[in-house]
Amino acid sequence: MGSVLFALFLFQAIPHEMGLSADCPENFVKAEDGRCYLDIAYQHYDVGMYGLRKAFRVTRDGLDPKSIDLGRLLFFDPILSADRDMSCAHCHHPDYGFADGRARAMGKGATGFGPDRRGGLSLARSAPSLWNVGLMQRFNWDGAVSTLEDQTQGPLFNPTEMGNTPQQLERSLNQIPAYRALFADAFPETARQGIGVAQVVQAIADFERTLISVNSRYDLYVHGVRQVLSEEEVAGMNVFRSFVTRCSECHMPPLFSNGQIAVIGVPEKVGAEFDVGAGKQVPSQRGGFRVPSLRNVALTAPYMHAGNLTDLAGVVDFYDNGGGRAFPGQNADLFLHWHIVRSRLSRQERENLVLFLKTLSDESGKPAIPLRVPSGLAVVPSRQTKETEQLPDTHGRLP
Amino acid sequence: MPFPRIAFILMVCITSLGAEIDVKQGENIQAAVRRAKPGDTIRVFPGVYKETVYIDTDDIKMIGVIERGNWPILDGGGVLNDGILVAGHNSLVENFHIRHYKGNGIMHQGANNYEIRHNLIEETGIYGIFPQLAHNGLIEDNVLWGIEDAAIYVGMCEYVDVRRNEVFKNVAGIEIENSHHVLVEGNNAYDNVGGILVFVLPGLPTKSGGDVIVRNNFIYANNAENWGAPGSVVSGIPGGTGILVMAADDVTIENNLIRDNESAAIVISDLSMIPGAQDPEVDPNPDRIKILRNLYVNNGQKPQGMVKMVLAGLGLKVGGDVISTGTGTGHCIAYRETLREFGTIAYVACATGDATAAVTTKTLAEPIPTAKIPHAQRVQLVYKSVCSGCHTYNTNLIGPPVMAIQALYKDKVDELIAYIKNPVKKRDGPPMPRQDYLPEELLQDVARYMLSVKK
Repeated sequence: MGSVLFALFLFQAIPHEMGLSADCPENFVKAEDGRCYLDIAYQHYDVGMYGLRKAFRVTRDGLDPKSIDLGRLLFFDPILSADRDMSCAHCHHPDYGFADGRARAMGKGATGFGPDRRGGLSLARSAPSLWNVGLMQRFNWDGAVSTLEDQTQGPLFNPTEMGNTPQQLERSLNQIPAYRALFADAFPETARQGIGVAQVVQAIADFERTLISVNSRYDLYVHGVRQVLSEEEVAGMNVFRSFVTRCSECHMPPLFSNGQIAVIGVPEKVGAEFDVGAGKQVPSQRGGFRVPSLRNVALTAPYMHAGNLTDLAGVVDFYDNGGGRAFPGQNADLFLHWHIVRSRLSRQERENLVLFLKTLSDESGKPAIPLRVPSGLAVVPSRQTKETEQLPDTHGRLP
Repeated sequence: MPFPRIAFILMVCITSLGAEIDVKQGENIQAAVRRAKPGDTIRVFPGVYKETVYIDTDDIKMIGVIERGNWPILDGGGVLNDGILVAGHNSLVENFHIRHYKGNGIMHQGANNYEIRHNLIEETGIYGIFPQLAHNGLIEDNVLWGIEDAAIYVGMCEYVDVRRNEVFKNVAGIEIENSHHVLVEGNNAYDNVGGILVFVLPGLPTKSGGDVIVRNNFIYANNAENWGAPGSVVSGIPGGTGILVMAADDVTIENNLIRDNESAAIVISDLSMIPGAQDPEVDPNPDRIKILRNLYVNNGQKPQGMVKMVLAGLGLKVGGDVISTGTGTGHCIAYRETLREFGTIAYVACATGDATAAVTTKTLAEPIPTAKIPHAQRVQLVYKSVCSGCHTYNTNLIGPPVMAIQALYKDKVDELIAYIKNPVKKRDGPPMPRQDYLPEELLQDVARYMLSVKK
């Protein structure tokens, strides 16, 4: 009886006896070469920014569907962390806009996921949303990393985050037969060497490149169905793209980020140390951070690099009052971006602006959380599940 | 005079394809824009219109009708943000008097193949005419005054002609920023802080600017004390400057009449003019600036701002015709011995071949093509943006799962279409909103699509 149960358990723990999916995710189409190519309305236009109808600049297209699916399993598998208790999804949860709903992310040593993480190291900045991360040109809040693969290694090996080492990561994955088989399937050319960090980050990065959100009601407006937005939402869009607010100067469509570093002078919370951001690389960019995309922004409160502002209305008020120019004490030595100006909006305009930002929500490309991962460790539940039952605490033990 | 090419194309479109929609005093221009289809022309008759007009559709022409000297006036009353905002390609904006907006008079955002002509723009809070990341355009025969930043600001654009405009009593007259392939010709710039600026600014997605010709302009008495908004880029430009080139490359300045500018006729500078303006991806130096023959009269008599400070450092009280920071490479200057100049020691004499007479326009011979989205993709977009917000394939979200809908409406697509247009409450949960605003052809096919999806 016991062995039957155990066999049943193994069967469940290794759900990919059929192998990795060869299908392409939402927003991708499979070409004759068997690879997944971005297939969205915008890509019919010329590559560019600003205005309404431009194509995204895609640095890597033609993804291997098996690498994507393997990346999905890895993304949700706590085996990636030193203590086997933290997956990527603990701070980049699909039901929290691929962020965590926290002001500052919580790293190593914590239990729980998303806003409920407790008892771990509090990190300096908030977890950025991963929606459309594959369309960004630089990574991390300070923009210091230029490829998604390099970025992926950051949290894996940062002692305050997942705290792993390359050696331990490779050892623990190679000890799991199911992963050996899946990596051999996705990366046959390196199968003989076993699982390496390079394949791990490749798969995770490929999965993250499929987190595409470009099918919002705003996008339907762009593509000709004008009545899909209410009068208030359209009025908010016009506030957004006015040079009075200059929102769209940095949050340029279609990504709603121009990919640049901007010094805007968000005040630090009382007692918090000043975060120099990109100033570490370029002195005149002291206090500068990467312009985040605003797609799905309504899902990722609180806002700014350290969650300094609690909601969208607060963000709008911050900019409306002149951004960092309203805090000359803290920001005397910053070179604030010249687009940071007082806009003196009416209350109605501020409210409409928030309504417009909410039209940028689209989760139609949200991938499924795997029920099980090859390590057998507990996977973060969905938000819906969490609200009805407790997450079983495995304390990082392999079953 | 050669007939403007873009105008010709537009005229052909107007006469052969589109409808005309007339707007009269007391009516709403935006209501007409909402009704307009690609190819249509909106004619606005004299009167005062207090609204922001935004054009997101391609191939729309907005033409004011001037009757016995009476213009259609767009009036922001100091309260409205912008006058006319264009994000559709292939547009024309002509014959409007636009005044008193908090932001810009006319702005084109990422919109290609445009013509902005014969407009009057008065006292707007930032720019008067402002195409940004908008390529292949013509800005001609406009008059702009009292603009609190640049009257005509060409930002990150390519293939643009700015010609025969009059700009006066603005902070900056004409500013070409991070743009390529621009002809600035035959303009009249006076009583501004600075007349014509060609800039590269840091922190923008376009990292350079160049191939700009500044030719045959009248640039005189740009001596206003700087009244730019604190923190703005133009607040740092020295008053009394005729032409100011900062960090841009391949700028040719030819055959302009530059007189009575109190700091200098021409200033060539690197980015150090703006404190803290660093961008690792931007070359801060101007390169290959060509100062050909110009007529210089009585410039530099009373230097202001940064020019005054720089001259004071040299022990001088009077400016001159050409002042260069001396940075960058490959510059040339013509008739140097006739000029009062500073910092041009490394400039060589310009060659005959540097003259630009052969260039008559920087606009493109053919319009930039406008792509169309395949119908099937628009159908999927409707499904994802409208339907899947409440319906997933196999779980209860806000509405019932798509699988259940498929079971219910299999072979009954007409009933499903009717339901989508006018839903009736059938179960617990919030009622479904009517989706009858969707165009009929999209509505029909999205219903079919919904019945066919498999995940």
